[in-house]
Amino acid sequence: MRLTLDGEVITDVEPIVGYLHRGIEKLAETRTYTQIIPLTDRLDYLASMTNNVAYCMAVEKLGGIKVPERAEYLRVIISEMIRISSHLMAIGSFLNDCGAFFTPLLYMWREREKILDMCDMISGQRLLYNFMRVGGLSQDVPAEFITSVKKFVAEMPRYIDEYNQLVKENEVFLARSKGVGILPKETAIAIGASGPVLRASGMKWDVRKMDPYSVYDRFDFEVPTGQNGDCYDRYWVRILEMTQSLRIMEQALAQLPAKGPICADVPQFFTLPAGEVYGYIEAPKGNLGFYIVSDGSIAPYRLHIYPPTLINITAFADMVKGWKVADLILTFGSMDVVLGEIDR
Amino acid sequence: MTIALNGEEIGKKLNEAIPGAVVSGTKTAVLVDAKQLTKVAEYMKSTPGLDFDYLTVVTAVDYLEYFELVYRLVSLKYNHSLILKTRIYTREDPVVDSVTPIWRAAYYQEREIFDLFGIKFEGHPYLKPLLLWEGFKGYPLRRDYL
Repeated sequence: MRLTLDGEVITDVEPIVGYLHRGIEKLAETRTYTQIIPLTDRLDYLASMTNNVAYCMAVEKLGGIKVPERAEYLRVIISEMIRISSHLMAIGSFLNDCGAFFTPLLYMWREREKILDMCDMISGQRLLYNFMRVGGLSQDVPAEFITSVKKFVAEMPRYIDEYNQLVKENEVFLARSKGVGILPKETAIAIGASGPVLRASGMKWDVRKMDPYSVYDRFDFEVPTGQNGDCYDRYWVRILEMTQSLRIMEQALAQLPAKGPICADVPQFFTLPAGEVYGYIEAPKGNLGFYIVSDGSIAPYRLHIYPPTLINITAFADMVKGWKVADLILTFGSMDVVLGEIDR
Repeated sequence: MTIALNGEEIGKKLNEAIPGAVVSGTKTAVLVDAKQLTKVAEYMKSTPGLDFDYLTVVTAVDYLEYFELVYRLVSLKYNHSLILKTRIYTREDPVVDSVTPIWRAAYYQEREIFDLFGIKFEGHPYLKPLLLWEGFKGYPLRRDYL
């Protein structure tokens, strides 16, 4: 990020990206559809499962592959779990930037650790899972996973209360984050922002509600929104979203079929019909999309990844111009930026 | 559900409003003339009933004979979407109008296409390479790049 300053006041900002560019879109052109899944892990590495889901759903859409019911429910449970984990990380590091040095972050890592343990249980990995497959999941989840998720869903509301006790009413935190880094609703729509950033600006738009994919239309949940689009709203929307994710997980656990196939009959090497498809989901950080062009061979002709965090920072200069350098750190923290996704 | 609008119908409407703008309209997408892109984009954004106020993905595909630019438009008001396409038939110094003045969402995505495909966007406020380093030779996402 290149700053132009007048004393301590920011006059211009230019985000400079590309230091983590690995050319995933180009690499994907020489790999089979299954081999691309581990590449998608490395986009938003704090929420790898949802990247897997987004990619697999796009391929399934083009191939007309029907995912078994049990796999759909497990995908929902795992996605929501990862959403909580990603939001915990976002809020924790945001509070870190606010000056609440590491104490809240460690509280949040305590719960994130439980989620990572559960992911370890099902995939053997803690960060880059490579767990989803085209047509479903790579393997069924062990019985203790369901028990752990149930325990987690029951315990988590108490921890969210604890976070609120820690910081929500804290005067220093409120003074620091309210009215800072405002993204007005009109600007948020114009730049195509999505996810918690868009909702904090007051636009009630969640892909899970507006264009339900998977089995999301079967659950009852709210879409929390903010009013001012400032740092505090972005923080608060994430806290509220965690509660909604828990609600979805609870319902999904109740409706989850106890037995059944977890993956459609998809061979290791398969071709897709020639054509193109755009599949997208509500990832923790926003609207994550995959645009796939197939020429009928075993590898995509072109794969484009639509990265929500890159789009969300389009108006970043407008948000911080005229503010102090310390506010820039705060605003940037509240955007929940993961560079793996921006650079691809 | 976000309703994907029928490209044939939109194409007909668009041709009445801007004669000669539409090359073809299929069920899933509208292919427009690259020279009329700005006019089409303005029409899409400001026509009541369409109101495409939210631009999501902008990308390019190299089909060797031509580059195809793909825009996915969404209307938050009516919850419908449309895929808009345009083609550029030259590999040497391809130029197309930028839609960034109309939808700011294209700002980074057009810079990225400029960087990786070498397509210039006329009217873009700050057309600099986005991901690759300064002085990088070639356009990696073109199909003939090795």
